[in-house]
Amino acid sequence: MDMEKVQEEIVEEFGLFDDWMDKYNHLIELSRSLPVIDEKYKKPEFLIEGCQSRVWLNAAMEDGRVVYTADSDAVITKGIIALLIRVLSGRTPDEILENDLWFIDRIGLKENLSPTRSNGLISMIKQMKLYALAYKAKNQKTGRNGESG
Amino acid sequence: MLKTDKLEYNIEKIRGDFPILHRQVHNKPFVYFDNAATTHKPLEVIERMDRVYRETNSNIHRGVHYLSDVTTREFESARETVRGFINARNDHEIIFTSGTTAGINLAAFSFGERYVGENDEIVVSALEHHANIVPWQMLCERKRAKLRVIPMDDHGELDIEEYKEMLNDRTRLVAVTHVANSIGTVNPVKKITGIAHEHGIPVLIDGAQAVQHGSVDVQDLDADMYVFSGHKMYGPTGIGVFYGKENILEEIPPYQTGGEMVDQVTFEKTTFNQLPLKFEAGTPNYTGAIGLAAAIDYLVETGLDKIAAHEKDLLDYAAGRFAQIDGLKVFGAAREKISVISFVLEDIHPYDAGMVIDKFGIAVRTGTHCAQPVMDRFGIRGTIRASMAMYNTREEVDRLCEAIGKVKEMFG
Repeated sequence: MDMEKVQEEIVEEFGLFDDWMDKYNHLIELSRSLPVIDEKYKKPEFLIEGCQSRVWLNAAMEDGRVVYTADSDAVITKGIIALLIRVLSGRTPDEILENDLWFIDRIGLKENLSPTRSNGLISMIKQMKLYALAYKAKNQKTGRNGESG
Repeated sequence: MLKTDKLEYNIEKIRGDFPILHRQVHNKPFVYFDNAATTHKPLEVIERMDRVYRETNSNIHRGVHYLSDVTTREFESARETVRGFINARNDHEIIFTSGTTAGINLAAFSFGERYVGENDEIVVSALEHHANIVPWQMLCERKRAKLRVIPMDDHGELDIEEYKEMLNDRTRLVAVTHVANSIGTVNPVKKITGIAHEHGIPVLIDGAQAVQHGSVDVQDLDADMYVFSGHKMYGPTGIGVFYGKENILEEIPPYQTGGEMVDQVTFEKTTFNQLPLKFEAGTPNYTGAIGLAAAIDYLVETGLDKIAAHEKDLLDYAAGRFAQIDGLKVFGAAREKISVISFVLEDIHPYDAGMVIDKFGIAVRTGTHCAQPVMDRFGIRGTIRASMAMYNTREEVDRLCEAIGKVKEMFG
């Protein structure tokens, strides 16, 4: 499913709930689907700066696609990362870098997080994109090396 | 006797004085339990400040014109109101600052410049807000002095015996909080001051969480310096008080320099003005000071003893209700404690809890409360803090308990 489709799907899901308490419940549900980061990565180097709760994020390259794993000590945060991973994980670096995450505004996520928390959300997205950028750069480098050799 | 006092405390009238309490948040009646962060403002304060801008605004001290004179007099009368409120000996011992943090920074700079040198020691406590740690740390770095910390026990009480041991001939100052913002411990500051004075060591007390909850008498405490903020005592933001004993204020150099605080300026040499102006460089926040005086009038009119009794009743009631909630653990069990309940819910992150509580229209604070060393001492990463004020009610505590029930249902 392309990224647009997944985002539409999420917006539709959240549209089913009228109040934020139910939406939080949905995030709690989603938190259980989070591809949990390997314990050995739960180290300060994998912590995302700028979050009130602790968030660890890792990414690996599999067949040209970035696969993310993460964890958090807060459940709602986990639910939010699960959403981000659903949209971004298993995509090529270009897809991750070029597409807009419009679903966040559409489901009203930012307005329902306090400013410090919504900064945390921005940090998470930034970190995910940074991984994509790093893998893209690495690919290009190995690609160029191949040509010259 | 106590019963009559309670009857005299007209909570409906008091709530009526605070317009913001009547709004809704997330379509629910607003409940505000973040009073240790800032308090709301009664009409008396809002209207007094409104009047300054509408009717009398002019810069103070400089003009010969009519309104400048009126505003100067109101500003100086605000100083007198503050003096009376904390029972300082002289008006000129009251320095207006922008808040507690500014007051501590003033002390750390000016007192530090004058009295602190290499290998000297400054004593703080394990219960401090970052604002009463970091300025001293910076001073110690500048002067190569040492920061010593009075430890606390599991109840959140300071170890006074340890404190006594800590003082020596290199100790230059003791800086402690009157009431801990994170867990509500009331420190025995009079005792702490007395002990320091036996060694001839001056004491600075951070009163940011104290002055709104009961009478403070700086002469009785024999505090050498006492600092607090306007906005945590129903006054405006951006105004605070640095009280210092006259002899100290005379001895220490000014912190910031500029207009009004000078006596003679030539390019070769500047001499400084008399107290308190020596410490009030630039245009002071006179509107804020006048607003603060209005807040003090309001507190005094209502009666600090009555407020204290009301808040104690609320704290006891909340503690009783919380004790019945499974998995709820309160941090801070000091014998003397006011207005703050800091707690965690078993296996639930304070952040998760805070988000749900917010949707009930209830404001609490989650996190470390600018007191990371306190959290470290308890081995936790943060708490949920409900801090109460003169306008809170038992019904609001019930609403919080209901929200906590929902949190447990969702995350438990």
